[in-house]
Amino acid sequence: MSMNTQGRPTAAVETDGQSTAFESFSGHRGLRLAEPLIFEMDREDTTGVDVEEVGDFDLEIAGLGRDSKIGCPGLPEPDVVRHYTRLSRKNYGIDMGPFPLGSCTMKHNPRLNEKMARLPGFGDIHPLQPISTVQGALELMETLSHWILELTGTPAVALSPKAGAHGELCGVMAIRAALEARGDAREVILCPESAHGTNPATAAFCGYKVKSIPAKDNGRVDIEALKQSLDDTVAAVMVTNPNTCGLFEDEVREIADAVHAAGAFFYCDGANFNAIVGKARPGDLGVDAMHLNLHKTFSTPHGGGGPGSGPVVFSDALKDYVPLPYVVKTADGLTLKEHADDKDPSMGRLVAFHGQMGMYVRALSYMMSHGSDGLKQASEDAVLSANYILASLQDVMTASYEGPCMHEALFDDRFLKDTGVTTLDFAKAMIDEGYHPMTMYFPLVVHGAMLIEPTESESKNNLDQFIRSMRGLVEEAKSGNVARFSGAPYFAPMGRLDETQAARKPVLKYEAAE
Amino acid sequence: MRYLPLTGDDRSEMLKKIGVSSIDDLFKDVPAADLNPEIDLPRHMSEMAVERALSKMAARNTAAGSVPFFVGAGAYKHHVPATVDHIIQRGEFLTAYTPYQPEIAQGTLQAIFEFQTQVAALTGMDVANASMYDGSTACGEAVLMARRVTRKKKAILCGSLHAHYARVVETMTQYTEDVVVTQQAQPANPQAELDALIDAIDDETSCVVVQNPGVFGHVLDLTPVAEKAHAHKALLIVAVTEVMSLGMIKSPGEMGADIVVGEGQSIGNGLMFGGPYLGLFATNQKYVRQMPGRLCGETVDSNGDRGFVLTLSTREQHIRREKATSNICTNSGLCALAFTVHMSLLGEKGLRQVARVNHKRAQDVKLALSAISGVEVLNSAYFNEITVRLPGNAADIVEKLADKDILAGVPASRLYPGAGMDDLLIIAATETVLEDDIAALATGLKEVLS
Repeated sequence: MSMNTQGRPTAAVETDGQSTAFESFSGHRGLRLAEPLIFEMDREDTTGVDVEEVGDFDLEIAGLGRDSKIGCPGLPEPDVVRHYTRLSRKNYGIDMGPFPLGSCTMKHNPRLNEKMARLPGFGDIHPLQPISTVQGALELMETLSHWILELTGTPAVALSPKAGAHGELCGVMAIRAALEARGDAREVILCPESAHGTNPATAAFCGYKVKSIPAKDNGRVDIEALKQSLDDTVAAVMVTNPNTCGLFEDEVREIADAVHAAGAFFYCDGANFNAIVGKARPGDLGVDAMHLNLHKTFSTPHGGGGPGSGPVVFSDALKDYVPLPYVVKTADGLTLKEHADDKDPSMGRLVAFHGQMGMYVRALSYMMSHGSDGLKQASEDAVLSANYILASLQDVMTASYEGPCMHEALFDDRFLKDTGVTTLDFAKAMIDEGYHPMTMYFPLVVHGAMLIEPTESESKNNLDQFIRSMRGLVEEAKSGNVARFSGAPYFAPMGRLDETQAARKPVLKYEAAE
Repeated sequence: MRYLPLTGDDRSEMLKKIGVSSIDDLFKDVPAADLNPEIDLPRHMSEMAVERALSKMAARNTAAGSVPFFVGAGAYKHHVPATVDHIIQRGEFLTAYTPYQPEIAQGTLQAIFEFQTQVAALTGMDVANASMYDGSTACGEAVLMARRVTRKKKAILCGSLHAHYARVVETMTQYTEDVVVTQQAQPANPQAELDALIDAIDDETSCVVVQNPGVFGHVLDLTPVAEKAHAHKALLIVAVTEVMSLGMIKSPGEMGADIVVGEGQSIGNGLMFGGPYLGLFATNQKYVRQMPGRLCGETVDSNGDRGFVLTLSTREQHIRREKATSNICTNSGLCALAFTVHMSLLGEKGLRQVARVNHKRAQDVKLALSAISGVEVLNSAYFNEITVRLPGNAADIVEKLADKDILAGVPASRLYPGAGMDDLLIIAATETVLEDDIAALATGLKEVLS
């Protein structure tokens, strides 16, 4: 029993304010722990696992043994747990606080979904074990498909794309396959200037030239300009709806009609579907193909950059071109169609196996938990919260467009004019306030963009506190306290990092000093 | 609804602040006829009810851990230490975004830096990226990269490249300038297959893609392929679908590979019916700027302390748009973290030990099955997977063994239908296979064949 052996409770002591300036002997600063790389821990020749002894035996590897050193350290288990726990504490996640990263939809990740994905019947089954032994897995895929089709109002879905951009690839490949099937070679895809970078990159991947279409002053696609660009060279138009400015394309039906009249296809980037789940169905709006980001709309965790999951829904015009494999109902139950025969117009295989099963389980768990009523309420709450932020900040910040917005509110940097504070500085100062910054400098169509997406996961108290912080920062910036911003963050695990140096002389792995 | 914090009163107050009377005023831009459609789906469910419904589906599947299990061919059942799943479920990792704000993402970034270092070491290459979707898409990206590097268009895929990888490469290149030639697989004669590949390399060739160990389990020396490829200014791309083999077999880098792609699932990640997995992608320093995907690099912060950031992003779609090296955005962050944590436990020493157990188990399987009349083992050099010729249709035999609760492997016809491989069975044996399992497989197979 060492705790406070003198029986005296500790009390706060007044300090002179200077005593924090010292360097600690350990290199740590209390809970701000300095953590080396695993390669710097002198554990080259040890291991943290106990492996069964198999004794000596002759290897049957044609003399191709790996004789040279590999160079990966093996740490004892306590050190591994501590190392990665310490690293984790240098991260900001949704679990720690509001994460209003526009376009990224950082909503609560229910732990039930994690638990379900780890059931042995889902987590411990092999993609190539006999179909008769995975009927429940196919049932899950079939059920998820049903929910997706019902929510999007479309007749077909391809589950296998691994992420949003991969879904775009799937969608645009289906468009090209359909055009080629009717002997109609087209060469151009139209994208708004505000599009995600993946849209033009995907179009190029499928051999298309990209042409930009302008926006109107109200942040929506300029439909007259679009119509002028639409001719028989245009394969498709890729539009995000709700768009990257956080606005619903109010002329979406007119866009669809114009695109179809020109013999082209309407691809919708569904990154922002979370604003309209249960409120509107892309199929009703004339969309031919749209990917969903299960890791945004349906809350599968972002995991520090993935894995994602990007199922694509298709209209009747495109549904024959879906990639392999897909689930088929037969008299004996469910099966997987894994190979194309000569007559099958499928675009082919996009991934080695059946896509992101682990994400399908999580997404379906999320959907079933919410139900039709909860999914609609979640969309409404996300839109309500974004508009509340817009209404609460637009008198001090500069909103780029008039509301109402959808699930995210877009501001630009006009309110920082002549303050000496940039969007980047402002974002870094938000870190000191305990928030993950909003999306900055995207979309490209407004100057110094700040895209704020609160999601439906924040209570009104959280929103009000966030608004107070933002208003306080605006006041500080306008009052000339530039240092608070230009040197930010002050309270993060690290000071501002030098990205220029990293790119100039790339060091991409650890190398022991000679 | 348990995940939604706003109360009815909150919503009313917020609407009032916004200055509208109902929530649908905020949806006024949606065409009125399309707003609030009838959705024919069940209403919300309690946590208990969801768990019950999904558990029922899960129970209809045969979990690998519940039976003698020999299924591989691109995804492998290995033991993953409990620590791995604990770490990746920490909210700071699980619920973080891509580390675009490095000051509050050093955990993710340092782990990626460690991952890149481990992958480079394992593959024997200079640099590795922060991971791709999976091994097959990484393979497709490698073919595209080889065209950018060599400015030539013809890619030759070896016959023993996993059929799904070959199909994915074909799909990914169908609208690019690449011309993909896939060679005939020769499961019973791997050396002849390799010789044919070497013969096919010419001055038009941008790259050759070889899997090692091949999909039928053969381990090959790729040095002659590298020599021929380099003589014709083509790149050697080596695909590794079983990374555990890198703890025993000479690395692709040592054999002369220019790009190594791999499926990293075996380390740190469960079977999960095929995904999410993680694609490995490694290459030589001189090709770094042609690489697809995210890269993490070292730098310093404003105090001069070492830190990490995403770097060289001018290759990527969010900067370069239609001129990017790939359209890829998302990587397999959490799967890569699982890989790194597991690899940090294993280390070189543990990896080599586990690899030996795998090889021993495969030898034991080979020995047990060779003793069965009518069964022919096709492999002389292999790691943890072999192919056997059965006196009958392998898919039917696998089905009959499944009825006996033995998952015996992957019939080659499932990967190569109509290719005259109906009697071939691909059998994997990892450290999770016990002596009893091997005995059960041999006994079961004898019964089915008799």
